Amino acid sequence: MIWAAVIGAGVGCYLLKLAGLSIPTRVLDHPVAERIADLIPVALLSALVAVQVLASGSSLVLDARLAGLATAFVLLLLRAPFLVVVFGAALLAALVRLVG
Amino acid sequence: MPAASPAPESRAAIVRDGIGVGVATGLYGTSFGAVAVASGLSVAQTCALSLLMFTGASQFALVGVLGAGGTPMAASLTALLLGSRNTLYGLRVAPLLGWGGVRRVAAAQLLIDESTAMAVNRPTRDLARAGFLSTGVAVFVLWNAFTLVGAVAGTALGDPRTYGLDAAVGAAFLALLWPRLSDRRNRLVALAAVAVALGLVPVAAAGVPVLAAAGVALLVGVLSRRPDPTEIPPTARRRPR
Repeated sequence: MIWAAVIGAGVGCYLLKLAGLSIPTRVLDHPVAERIADLIPVALLSALVAVQVLASGSSLVLDARLAGLATAFVLLLLRAPFLVVVFGAALLAALVRLVG
Repeated sequence: MPAASPAPESRAAIVRDGIGVGVATGLYGTSFGAVAVASGLSVAQTCALSLLMFTGASQFALVGVLGAGGTPMAASLTALLLGSRNTLYGLRVAPLLGWGGVRRVAAAQLLIDESTAMAVNRPTRDLARAGFLSTGVAVFVLWNAFTLVGAVAGTALGDPRTYGLDAAVGAAFLALLWPRLSDRRNRLVALAAVAVALGLVPVAAAGVPVLAAAGVALLVGVLSRRPDPTEIPPTARRRPR
């Protein structure tokens, strides 16, 4: 089933790219469509942050992942590169688990 | 790294910048590889995803939703929704690149945030193509190579929780979101999306809360009046260090 998602969504994402290069500009050249398309990544990525950090099955929990996210937030404020942000968050979460 | 100048004159300078972006972006393929195997994908599935999907946010979303227990369908829909912004990038760059036939079919796979950002605002078609191709090819090669490195290393590590790799997923999403948070309306949409998703976690199946949050984007997009052009997030190279 994971393979189905990998191949199906992978091919789907490619077709979305090809569509952008192929369809006439005016088809999607509508302010509302463009606004929604701009806002979708903002809404989805925010929701993904929240669910990844706070959800555990169908309950909300505060654990080491939140310490990791706080670390990421500080590193982003300090304009650290992507890799430092991601592995910095992992390192802190691991340390919190080691101590706790 | 120095910031890219608004419109470097020479083709060589553009290609050099493109390769620079490729190195910076490709390196974080390591984190995708590590996170993907931590979420339960095999090394082969992880590498297939980078080859086929090749758009970072969608890839992180697919493995994030699967790792949280979401169905393959919910994971795929989330990835496709995030991938839809590449369609808008395509509309923007198609007239600049002017490719048809086989070239267009091949170029489409390279259509991502970074290649778009490095193709727009060039004075000529030749320079737009140089920016798009050098960035796209460099990111593609390095992203796939470092995905493999991250996936193999992640497998060798054992239990991902010991190394905090489950916390790395949230951090990756925050870092991808970060450049868009400078806008006030985006920040409000972000807060509303978080509220919707967290509110649904106790009652909806895994994967559904995230998909439902896309409704916030739909609602605000329809109701809001402010006109704005397609947003292209700054590339890693342009981001000040």
